[in-house]
Amino acid sequence: MTDTPASKPGQTEVWITGIGLATSLGEGLDANWAALQEKRINVDEKGFAPYIVHPLMPVAFDNQIPKKGDQRQMEAWQRIGTYAAGLALDSAGIKGNKDILSKIDMVVAAGGGERDLNVDSGVLTAEAKGANAPGFLNERLMSDLRPTLFLAQLSNLLAGNIAIVHGVGGTSRTFMGEEVAGADAARIALARIASGESDIALVGGSHNGERKDLLVLYEFGDFNLKDKFAPVWARKDHAGFALGSAGAFLVLESKAHAEARGAKPFAKLSSVVADLAKRKRPGDMAATLEKLWAKLPKRDGKGAIITGATGAEPATSEEHDFLKRHADFPVRSTGTVFGHAMETQFPLGIALAALSISRGALFPPNDSTGTEIEMQGAPTQIVVVGAGHWRGEGMALVEAV
Amino acid sequence: MTAPRDKLGRPVVVVTGMGIMTSLGAGKADNWAKLVAGESGIRTITRFPIDGLKTTMAGTVDFVSVDPFSSTALSERMAELVTQEALEQAGIGAKADFPGPLFLAVAPVEVEWPQRRELGRDVGQLDITYDDLLRISGGGKYSAYHHRFMFGSVAAYLAETFGTKGSPISLSTACASGATSIQLGVEAIRRGETDAALCVATDGTVNPEALVRFSLLSALSTQNEPPQAASRPFSKNRDGFVMAEGAGALVLESYEAATARGARILGVIAGCGELTDSFHRTRSSPDGKPIIGCMNKTLADAGMTPDQIDHINAHGTSTPENDKMEFNTTSAVFGELAQKIPVTSNKSMVGHTISAAGAVEAIFSLLTLEHQRIPPTINYDNPDPTILFDVVGNKARDARVTAVMSNSFGFGGQNASLILTREPA
Repeated sequence: MTDTPASKPGQTEVWITGIGLATSLGEGLDANWAALQEKRINVDEKGFAPYIVHPLMPVAFDNQIPKKGDQRQMEAWQRIGTYAAGLALDSAGIKGNKDILSKIDMVVAAGGGERDLNVDSGVLTAEAKGANAPGFLNERLMSDLRPTLFLAQLSNLLAGNIAIVHGVGGTSRTFMGEEVAGADAARIALARIASGESDIALVGGSHNGERKDLLVLYEFGDFNLKDKFAPVWARKDHAGFALGSAGAFLVLESKAHAEARGAKPFAKLSSVVADLAKRKRPGDMAATLEKLWAKLPKRDGKGAIITGATGAEPATSEEHDFLKRHADFPVRSTGTVFGHAMETQFPLGIALAALSISRGALFPPNDSTGTEIEMQGAPTQIVVVGAGHWRGEGMALVEAV
Repeated sequence: MTAPRDKLGRPVVVVTGMGIMTSLGAGKADNWAKLVAGESGIRTITRFPIDGLKTTMAGTVDFVSVDPFSSTALSERMAELVTQEALEQAGIGAKADFPGPLFLAVAPVEVEWPQRRELGRDVGQLDITYDDLLRISGGGKYSAYHHRFMFGSVAAYLAETFGTKGSPISLSTACASGATSIQLGVEAIRRGETDAALCVATDGTVNPEALVRFSLLSALSTQNEPPQAASRPFSKNRDGFVMAEGAGALVLESYEAATARGARILGVIAGCGELTDSFHRTRSSPDGKPIIGCMNKTLADAGMTPDQIDHINAHGTSTPENDKMEFNTTSAVFGELAQKIPVTSNKSMVGHTISAAGAVEAIFSLLTLEHQRIPPTINYDNPDPTILFDVVGNKARDARVTAVMSNSFGFGGQNASLILTREPA
């Protein structure tokens, strides 16, 4: 009832005409593709020990965010996203094209809230040492917080920064809610273009995984991967996700709009569906994934699955059960290679699906358990799966044009 | 009698249930009575110490309690209460079985100071770093805080409680969030994906750090005494907005579905529009073009002309910049009508409910249509001579109101407008 209808009569085809990636493997499509071929994984086991993170491969932010003043107004998560969004606009060939930029409908999946760790620990330390005046916290915050930090924390200011830096001046909506926010962003953008409400959209997210404040939040639920890296499928007895830094943006466009400007598609985005399993009993989540699977358009081509499975339990085992029922589809886990980039994982999955289709091959497996198998030939249909570590399930079908 | 489709051939979207909560009180009846009486919900903050703060008042919702307290828990509880009120009025679906999706405008979620301090105490040493906090955060002792501080937690709770369908969307477009939640619902119905949508907006974030953040951006009024006089939209001596809490819920349905089940129609969402301003993070483009474009898109979406709008429910934050910009842009769209159409700002009484404002003000606009009475803009004793709106100053005004434009503008270049009418056009 609330899903994006797949290719209904009268609905326009939606193409992916731009992809921007800045990840722990590098920036741009070639660097990421090459690293995937070489089965490279970039993890930092020391900087946040015992926690493991996938750090951003350093990028020259000046290339996409030329004004230092703009860079200073952002925290890392916003810089990564603004950078990746610029790459996506470049990839679609619309960077600087004011006519098109002024009508882009932006749907961004975002977290936020990057803390100033020094301010927080300063307050806690002073209180531990006896500071207990009623206005102590107020005074410290008034004097220690940078006035612009708030803007670097606000969820919708990733979209705001993209608008300012790249001149994207259509509309802007920010969805929150961890992993499934990325699926919902793609779902709504697709629905709007397919129904003719919109011609072109910029969809994606970004995440800075190198944050102790985020590690604290996920540590509350014992979700962080500790001590030793292992592929997502090999973490059952050592569950958890390794936060990853990544920005992933897509330009989605109606076929007619793309053709009119001579743009070539990487692939088409045929359907995005999402749901909220209750996850009260074992099997709830797998049943919801099965339901979403059934809602996707018919898969009669050469298929594969790219999943954002996190490595957290019980979600990953439930998803594994679901995947086993579709064992004829070769599986790839983005979590193993890129870490867990939360809101960004689903757009990243769509990006890699489109890239695989356009390059005529699925990237090789990177797994010691046999869950991921080799694929011969060019995939024509890739299902992107995104099940949240706690709540929310999404699925998309990316197809060759 | 009326066509189930609008001029553009799309399903007409109507409102069949509303619930509201502000610093004035709980529910439509209480809020409306106080609103037309010109009462203020702004008071000196008692929830936490105000020592050392430049702004010491806000429109807090103190009559709803949650334990343990967090802004997110308060937001969730308010959202639940207004949704109950809206569903009761709409009489739609069955208990815990709402026949459509949820679109929730909610403030960004983060771990808050009471919880951070609890961790700090738990560390049990004099020097505390994040590594120390990390060391004691796991093991299950704080697992409830993981759930509490997930961005999607409020929507997940509401979706489970009210049985909404599909994946609930949590969204933020800053001060335009409430309007965006309604817009998402309208679009889903117009696309034919659903016959009904639940649009909820909530904000319970009057806490020390949130107040300090806005204070450091010089966005808040510092006219602390008396607090009731601090929010003075369109006045010469306005000096900032007043933070406030509140929530609003609307049940949207296609006209066809609502009439088929014999529901009472409370109003129509005739048009929605949005346009991004890429000028600056907190300031509007000086030429006002994005706001002008936003209002024009909304009129076009409703298939209406400026002369068909007979009331504007302004964003009217009481900041020096917003109110002036709002008059200039409204003038560009409405011409001299901008000086004749009665304009009011609910924020003069309830303060700025931030993420909830767009929905709260849409509901007040619908109540204005129902009662044919425009609530006043209080504290309007010293009009700004450069803002030539016909402000409904200090006293409510009876008026023939058939179509209201409600505007919301936010940080990050977020502009959204709605047009609400009594009957389908």
